[in-house]
Amino acid sequence: MTSHPLIRMLDRGSTLFLVLLGAFAIAIPVLNLLVPATSSLHVSTYLVALLGKYICYGLLALSIDLIWGYVGILSLGHGAFFALGGYAMGMYLMRQIGTRGVYADPILPDFMVFLNWKELPFFWYGFQNFGYAMFMVLFVPGLLAFVFGWFAFRSRVTGVYLSIITQALTYALLLGFFRNNFGFGGNNGLTDFKDILGFNIQADTTRNALLVISCLALGLCFLICRAIVTSKFGKVLVAIRDAEARTRFMGYRVESYKLFVFTVSACMAGVAGALYVPQVGIINPSEFAPANSIEAVIWVAVGGRGTLIGPVLGAFVVNYTKTFFTTGLLAPYWLFVLGGLFIGTTLFLPRGIVGAWAHWRAGVKEKSEAKRSAEAEDGMLPTRGSPSTQPGAAE
Amino acid sequence: MPGVVINMRGLFDRIRIFLRILLPSAVLFVAAVANAVAGPYEDALPGLTTDSYSDTAAALDQVSGSGSDLAAPLLQALKDQRLQFSAVEKKVLIKTADGKLLDAATGQPFAGTPPADLSNVRLNNRLRNLLDAALGSLTLMAADPNKRYDAAQSVFKSRDAATMPVLEKALAAEQNARVKAALMQAKAAIVVVTADAPAADKVAAIAVLRDRGDQDAMALLQTIPANAPPDVLAAVTEAKANIERNLALWGTVQNLWYGLSLGSVLLLAAIGLAITFGVMGVINMAHGEMVMLGAYTTFVVQEVIRTRYPGLFDYSLTIALPLAFVVAGAVGIAIERSVIRFLYGRPLETLLATWGISLVLQQAVRAAFGPTNKEVGNPSWMSGAFDLGGILITYNRLWIIVFTGIVFAALLGMLRFTRLGLEMRAVTQNRSMAAAVGIRTARIDALTFGLGSGIAGIAGVALSQIDNVSPNLGQGYIIDSFMVVVFGGVGNLWGTLVGALTLGIANKFLEPFAGAVLGKIAVLVFIILFIQKRPRGMFALKGRAIEA
Repeated sequence: MTSHPLIRMLDRGSTLFLVLLGAFAIAIPVLNLLVPATSSLHVSTYLVALLGKYICYGLLALSIDLIWGYVGILSLGHGAFFALGGYAMGMYLMRQIGTRGVYADPILPDFMVFLNWKELPFFWYGFQNFGYAMFMVLFVPGLLAFVFGWFAFRSRVTGVYLSIITQALTYALLLGFFRNNFGFGGNNGLTDFKDILGFNIQADTTRNALLVISCLALGLCFLICRAIVTSKFGKVLVAIRDAEARTRFMGYRVESYKLFVFTVSACMAGVAGALYVPQVGIINPSEFAPANSIEAVIWVAVGGRGTLIGPVLGAFVVNYTKTFFTTGLLAPYWLFVLGGLFIGTTLFLPRGIVGAWAHWRAGVKEKSEAKRSAEAEDGMLPTRGSPSTQPGAAE
Repeated sequence: MPGVVINMRGLFDRIRIFLRILLPSAVLFVAAVANAVAGPYEDALPGLTTDSYSDTAAALDQVSGSGSDLAAPLLQALKDQRLQFSAVEKKVLIKTADGKLLDAATGQPFAGTPPADLSNVRLNNRLRNLLDAALGSLTLMAADPNKRYDAAQSVFKSRDAATMPVLEKALAAEQNARVKAALMQAKAAIVVVTADAPAADKVAAIAVLRDRGDQDAMALLQTIPANAPPDVLAAVTEAKANIERNLALWGTVQNLWYGLSLGSVLLLAAIGLAITFGVMGVINMAHGEMVMLGAYTTFVVQEVIRTRYPGLFDYSLTIALPLAFVVAGAVGIAIERSVIRFLYGRPLETLLATWGISLVLQQAVRAAFGPTNKEVGNPSWMSGAFDLGGILITYNRLWIIVFTGIVFAALLGMLRFTRLGLEMRAVTQNRSMAAAVGIRTARIDALTFGLGSGIAGIAGVALSQIDNVSPNLGQGYIIDSFMVVVFGGVGNLWGTLVGALTLGIANKFLEPFAGAVLGKIAVLVFIILFIQKRPRGMFALKGRAIEA
């Protein structure tokens, strides 16, 4: 009986995913650090940083999938939680620069000296401590999500209204963080980081370590999400997604369920942001741009929402395509591709890659079963057009 | 002694004005008389031949005070760098625009050979300022009342005591009440800054300034030193309080006006969105791009007019309006037929798909017209501004407010009195019931989407007059438009109207306290809190169908 939930949690797809993720986390550093640069198998440090970035995007997509795929909350402002986590990490990294900054002030980051500030604002206190900074990475996005969700869900703001309001939230933060007197570096954001926990942030070993840590975080968050969605709690979430009013009438406190998952999801997005910042070396207000949040949603849609594996895959596929397009001569066409992805996915691939594959597999299995037992004629395939036919986890 | 000279001069001028009124045809005669007397004008001319800035300044002063008819052409020539002198022959000549030479002393064509050492009278910045003030005081006597008014205003700004005699003269002759008031204010300004003016004059002048009641008058009152006589100081205190009240009042009016202007722009941008959201329950993220398409239609129309029919430029907006409606409406219907109709019942996916459409449209326009801002001109009837009390009203903002009102009224009428409007309202209230009584909802959806997009297109024509026309034009308005719709509620155009105006005015009233960005954040936070109280906006539809 004790092994039962574990088995349910780790079905074949999930195990495969975790194994692949583990192999990835081992293979990339090995290929980067141990294989000589002349070998064709060598992975460049640039690629390590790029892949690390993708992993963080994958984690962000996973956090969106948890609320969109399983509770039906489409947040167009998840980039805000990502960026807040990133800023918390950025503040720690800024404090680590110390006297190596341009103005060599032991306490104040360069931009504050530049703005002629005399002392550290209170909200920067404590960020020299790594543990405190990591706590804030979880706490700030979590708190914002809790307060926002508490207001929004309690008054039953749902559907597109909620989406628009989350977009307004991240837009308001964007405007705020652009201001110099907000105390977060204004337009330029936080950058020029030197080390993290005493390790040089530019070093190959640090980059590989960050990649491995990102993979670990992704795997851990994946397990948390699996635990949530396969539990009884998760079944209630799906019930809320498919028929909110009915679930409420059955006696479930819908808003509490939503609030919990929304907050967990925001914390995950914050972790993704915190891991993202040391790998790209900068955090600035443009991360709050509503367009970024919507782009993250399309990763989930492409990969397949309600599948947990799909979003990570989607983040990799879309971002690889983006890198491919935007670094070459094809750059002007990238927005056509992205726009086409939005339209094409919603029209032709509403279940995403993973969902479509699982659906196809189920169809094949069903057909072969139907051949064997002549009685099963129809009724098993979900009908097209009904909004409640979500792909569901591939189990 | 200087006072006596001025009085003498004033007397002389009065005689000359008298003569001029009596004998309008005898200007030459008067000029001849003036020449015979060899008045201050002629005395001043040698000062222009020494090529020294200070002598030129003195001569300038004298010329402008002379009251001679020749003074204005001379000063204008000096300003245009057409005034030439010969140091050897002590002659000053005016070169006309077509290259002829006039004798500055008589205004007659210069006979004989031009002196060999002819060169321009040089100017420096101080002289240019003096010259402007002098020309300003001369135009105080111009025939056109508007010119006289402008001249009075420029004297008010310069407060040059030297213009006092001309000012007095102009004041005596002035019949137009508006110009007279301006002249009084100019005079008061000079009195207030003149240190040795009698206290009684100053008190009277302060009263005039108090009645003017604007920022300039306030600035003038600030210059009065604290050691002035007590009755002057009392008048100043009273006047300052009065002006402050006045300014606060006008400040409020100005904020209201700006808020109204911003609100009407928001209303134009949001109203189409509200209709489509109300009828179809979908958020069209590509709505901003419809606005952009309308603005680019205006640009194309103006380009065609510029190259082919330049005379029609004033009609460019009138031509662009129906075109923008058709272009954006057609694109809207195409979007509805090709994408959105497959996504009904899935509003969140519609949101994503229309976002994709907006990206494609933006990039397409960028590819076709380039990423830079396009210049869209204002027709003559939309440029310029006028003063209304203490605020400046620009014609383009005024016309946009009027235009928004017309669009709103037309739409309201359409919804209430036409068959399409009736069917749209029916679908908004209860889609399945409407379908059951025989309304073809799919057709209504397509037409609604086309109408909403078309209105966005004509909003684009209006916005092209006040904003940069670039591929990102729509992005700047989309979030604010959403806020209007969320705040106002759907299914009722009045909600959109109240929402847009409230947000516009709230934005403008918050700006002075909080700055533009913080004001905007405050408004966003307010809306987030507001929809806790009323999750469906201010004017929410009631009924069972809404929850579904």
